Amino acid sequence: MSVEAHEVIPMPAPSGKGPSIPQAVRRSLSSPWATAVVIVITILWTIPTFGLLVTSLRPSGPAVNSGWWTVFTNPELTLENYVEVLGGGDVISGGILPYFFNSFAIALPAAIFPLVIATMCAYALAWIPFRGATILFFAIFALQIVPLQMALLPLLQMFNLGWSIGPITIVPDLNLGGTYIPLWVAHTMFALPLAVFLLHNFMAQLPRDVIEAALVDGASHFTIFWRIILPLSVPAIASFAIFQFLWVWNDLLVALTFAGGTPDVAPITAYLANIVGSYGAKTHLITAGAFIAIIVPLIVFFALQRFFVRGLLAGSVKG
Amino acid sequence: MIWENILEGIPKLGTAAAGIAVFFAILLVVFFVLGRIRGRLSNPVAMLAFLGPAAILLMLGLVVPTFQTVYKSLFNASGKKFIGLQNYGWILTTESNQQVLINTALWIVIAPLFSTVIGLVLALLLDRMRRESIPKSLIFMPMAISFVGASIIWGLVYAYRDPAQEQVGLLSQVVLWLGIEPPNWILLQPWNNFLLMVIMIWIQTGFAMVVLSAAIKAIPGDVVEAATLDGATGWRLFSRVTVPMIRTTLIVVVTTIMIATLKIFDIVRVMTNGNFGTQIVANEMYSQAFVQFDVGRGSALAVILFLGVIPLVSYNIIQLRRERAIR
Repeated sequence: MSVEAHEVIPMPAPSGKGPSIPQAVRRSLSSPWATAVVIVITILWTIPTFGLLVTSLRPSGPAVNSGWWTVFTNPELTLENYVEVLGGGDVISGGILPYFFNSFAIALPAAIFPLVIATMCAYALAWIPFRGATILFFAIFALQIVPLQMALLPLLQMFNLGWSIGPITIVPDLNLGGTYIPLWVAHTMFALPLAVFLLHNFMAQLPRDVIEAALVDGASHFTIFWRIILPLSVPAIASFAIFQFLWVWNDLLVALTFAGGTPDVAPITAYLANIVGSYGAKTHLITAGAFIAIIVPLIVFFALQRFFVRGLLAGSVKG
Repeated sequence: MIWENILEGIPKLGTAAAGIAVFFAILLVVFFVLGRIRGRLSNPVAMLAFLGPAAILLMLGLVVPTFQTVYKSLFNASGKKFIGLQNYGWILTTESNQQVLINTALWIVIAPLFSTVIGLVLALLLDRMRRESIPKSLIFMPMAISFVGASIIWGLVYAYRDPAQEQVGLLSQVVLWLGIEPPNWILLQPWNNFLLMVIMIWIQTGFAMVVLSAAIKAIPGDVVEAATLDGATGWRLFSRVTVPMIRTTLIVVVTTIMIATLKIFDIVRVMTNGNFGTQIVANEMYSQAFVQFDVGRGSALAVILFLGVIPLVSYNIIQLRRERAIR
């Protein structure tokens, strides 16, 4: 499980020589000091998360009244907090599970929709010849510059009241409050500029002969897209879909704006942000809730790290 | 109770699956119908069908709202009365807002700087290690955690108790062990700002490390070898060879973290909600727009963010494109 970012960022090309000499040079520079410093930083970086995990596993009394590190002298662990947070109880009625399911119900479609729409758009830009394709590509690309915050207020109004210029209704009042639809649509909109850009780069490299041969055989662009382009693009789509899934799962701003805090649609991040304020003293429950929220991205991260890193640099310009 | 909750949750996944199914069904129908069109119309029709959805969503979701937000920023709280640039005047001249602007400036300088420097040091050290994948993964891990989750994790580290009592927060305990009486960290102005920045640094260091590490590994071996044969070691090798070779990557990493820092509001919202002198533009924007319902001021703050991001993103895009072109 190694982290590689070669695909992500352009790097000077490696030299033609074999790796043996630079490796030897590097070995000669290797020192126990370097190793020691790295180990210290790694421990420092891991301790906070470890503290969260330990706190979430301690019974309510000790978790609130003593530091988590006392677990080493007084080992007492329990799953009670998780039972209460998941099942609901006196403090947290209803529990965290409705929000947990909301997060999935928001993030899965919100990862798939923009990817499909962006793939279509990228295909047209790369393979259907028309005037202005390049300008359109750059226009879409440049939209990455717009921060989420610029779009929130007008978009919220559009979802709630529709949008019309004078007497002409452009977006009708669809009364979508309390459904996932505004969240899916908003996340799709915000993901498009980056997704189109990345997928276009990928599409442009597909073999020209295959597509031209299909066109000569009389296949329509729709057939080509469905039968050739989509299957060939699966790896590129997958690595971006993972990134988009994590982005949506971890998002708070779009969630708070378009879902409010109701158990019907609000995701787990919005729920956590709310209970931190209201149940601040219930450390054992908050930590258990937080761990449930971060375990999904952590599993995705460790299982698919390679893909995740690939979408990363390009992706961090997003939003 | 847990089982009941799970059973109640499953229909939600059904809703999501139904949404996905409907989406693909519409797509299939459109493709099937339009795919039958032949002859001169086939190319323009295909173009519209492929570009249409993205174009409409981008227009409605980003282009139109951007203009609307700029327009709204010139109006009062209810959005009814035109007040010119008064909202911007309010941002620039109110004392509390000046604090917000100063805090934001500190954030976008300090968080990227520390993340990148620590990331660079780690990347250099890792390059000299045999087993680098475990520390790399662990330091990179916070990148997968949401800002909300990270804030809860660090809230625990910064937790305050009366020094006479048993401590819950790790930071207070460490300080006590060193024989110093811990303050209430989150209330400690102006240092609380830096404590919040630590969370961002904790998250972004892994990003800087991974990207810079890849850049260092891509430095041609003969360059390092030649420099070493010429007697360059340690600091000289680093400052004369390594840094110039990864300069572009270094700059892209800094600007990328700057952009992210400028836009995040989650950390401040969860940790202090902008109280105790820790407010930043992104969270003030949210508070004005969605808590105070002052559309004008909220929009003006969003425009300020936009103006802040423009030079950084443009610079980044130009750098990335230039590098791709060279390749």
